[in-house]
Amino acid sequence: MASETMSYREALRAGLEEALNQDPRVFLMGEDVGRYGGCYAVSKGLLAQFGAERIIDTPLCESGFVGVGIGAALGGMRPIVEVMTVNFSLLAMDQIVNTAATLRHMSGGQFHVPLVIRMACGAGRQLAAQHSHSWENFYAHIPGLKVLSPATHSDARYMLGQALADPNPVLIFEHVMLLNEPGTVPDKPDAPMETALIRRPGTDISLITYGGNLPKALTAAEQLQQDGISAEVVDLRCLRPLDKPTLLNSVRKTHRAVLIDEGWQTGSLAGEISAIIMEDGFWSLDAPVRRVCSAEVPIPYPRHLEQAALPQVEQIVTTAKAVMEGR
Amino acid sequence: MTSRLHINRAHLLRQLKQMLRIRRFEEKCAELYALEKIRGFLHLYIGEEAIAVGVMSVLSADDQVVATYREHGHALARGVSMGSVLSEMYGRTTGCSRGRGGSMHLFDRATHFYGGNAIVGGGLPLATGLALANKKMQRTALTACFFGEGAVAEGEFHESLNLAALWQLPVLFICENNNYAMGTALTLSESETNIARKADSYGIAAAQVDGMNVVDVEAATLEATEYIHTQQKPYLLECKTYRFRGHSSFDSQLYREKEEVALWEEKGPVRQLVQWMRNNSHLLDSELDDIEKDVDKEIQAAVRFAEAGEWEPVEDLSRDVYSPRQTHR
Ligand SMILES: Cc1ncc(C[n+]2csc(CCOP(=O)(O)OP(=O)(O)O)c2C)c(N)n1
Repeated sequence: MASETMSYREALRAGLEEALNQDPRVFLMGEDVGRYGGCYAVSKGLLAQFGAERIIDTPLCESGFVGVGIGAALGGMRPIVEVMTVNFSLLAMDQIVNTAATLRHMSGGQFHVPLVIRMACGAGRQLAAQHSHSWENFYAHIPGLKVLSPATHSDARYMLGQALADPNPVLIFEHVMLLNEPGTVPDKPDAPMETALIRRPGTDISLITYGGNLPKALTAAEQLQQDGISAEVVDLRCLRPLDKPTLLNSVRKTHRAVLIDEGWQTGSLAGEISAIIMEDGFWSLDAPVRRVCSAEVPIPYPRHLEQAALPQVEQIVTTAKAVMEGR
Repeated sequence: MTSRLHINRAHLLRQLKQMLRIRRFEEKCAELYALEKIRGFLHLYIGEEAIAVGVMSVLSADDQVVATYREHGHALARGVSMGSVLSEMYGRTTGCSRGRGGSMHLFDRATHFYGGNAIVGGGLPLATGLALANKKMQRTALTACFFGEGAVAEGEFHESLNLAALWQLPVLFICENNNYAMGTALTLSESETNIARKADSYGIAAAQVDGMNVVDVEAATLEATEYIHTQQKPYLLECKTYRFRGHSSFDSQLYREKEEVALWEEKGPVRQLVQWMRNNSHLLDSELDDIEKDVDKEIQAAVRFAEAGEWEPVEDLSRDVYSPRQTHR
């Protein structure tokens, strides 16, 4: 199979380019996606290539332009709306939650919203609290939405196309710490977007994670291997709907689980997954499920405190060992 | 024109010095950013100094100030010490926000400086609320709220103006119109590009002023604050300005021509004032030298202060998430 090496950012751009080339109904809309070249330079060059009719710079009005995206989708277009970061999507949350997610149901199935919303997410760049929080969990809470978290270059490249093919509003979260990373992109997607994947097989413990924390979990798994612990790494990929069978099968095989989630532990997605394991996999467990989440504090600016607040490889390793030892 | 405005030579020298403090400080910040002493985003105010200096020189010590993420100039002009501002950018406990906020979140209770908001438009309702509190508690203070022209497209702008007018609140809205919101030009973001005119539809008095001229800004602010105090109503001031640097440290500036930047630099607030004072024999070269030397000393001291600041111990990570009950009055 032919594969290509590129940065995560370039993989995202390749996905956008393909989408724009394939379907004239597709357009990209958001703050500074055009002339500025995209807040994180993902859409750099697309304005020159596709023109201002299809690469649309909007004013600063998240609620407005996301809502307009919903309307355009209703009207038969295939909008890709970029919200600079998930932090600013809170201003558009009403449109996403009260309108995009509910229209199909409230209209008795008459209308649907084939909209894709892309947002950068994640901490690690010392941008302080208002630019660093992980709100994926908010959206994963909402029936009617699909929530994707591309952690690999392959997913960065192909999940957009899969999302556009889906008739529902789909949110894609792109972790900012992945953008510059080089990686390989195969010539076709790894799996359908709603499937969780085993990124590293193992037999002793399941490390379940998604997005920006997948590389950390993989590194942790390697370190655990050196201590004779075989960790399986599960990449959720899709945070709503969750692929329960894949994650439960993994736990049934390893009998132990550690969940890694950049959100705060209280009310986290990790909490939900833990409950799923408890409800449907309790009898296969050899130890309580443990979670590695962000510290319960707005993310601080100084590097040492920011890093201390976020899930780290060392913490994953220590937690996994504690679970192995029944502590 | 109002009675209180006294533009004499001494005053102009002070204004010049204030602007130079901001200019040189930020030039230093750019260097320190390159050295990775300052991290995160760094939004420089260079080119816009006349606004902060002009406005702040009119405000009273009791007035509250609400700023944006491009607020180093506002903080310095308001009287937040340079050392504590720089320490904040270093992330040290000696910073005005204990290092927790960084460049975009300067806060200072002593000078009623309410931040430092990194959400565009987020400061407008906050300022309106502070003004509501002033009115209800029968304080004479007003609230000054700085924001960029980009914020005008946000719902918060319209909601805040409406409430401020409806409830007749003592708030001064100051739009720093530098023509670009990141890479989006005003003509691409507003159907009506005259921002002062937007105040009209809410029944709010407004004026436009040359934001490159510190005297004009000061005069307009004085008029605005007198109006707010006598009428007990909000006021909107639109200052036309320009940022000479990129939006932040990550801006490749694809959206504007170098010639345009150069043209505005000609009208720069520091250059303009120096020229005018020189032409009118109000400024000796030696005086300018002295100011530059003073400013340089202040900056060096600030750097020493920031370098010497402590890192907060990791054990304190979860402090200041909740307030203890005794701080509630
Ligand atoms: C709600 C929100 N949307 C987007 C951003 C990203 N952003 C930060 S500054 C900025 C441009 C704002 O321009 P303007 O209000 O004109 O102020 P200026 O930077 O020119 O001083 C944008 C889009 C943000 N911080 N908050």
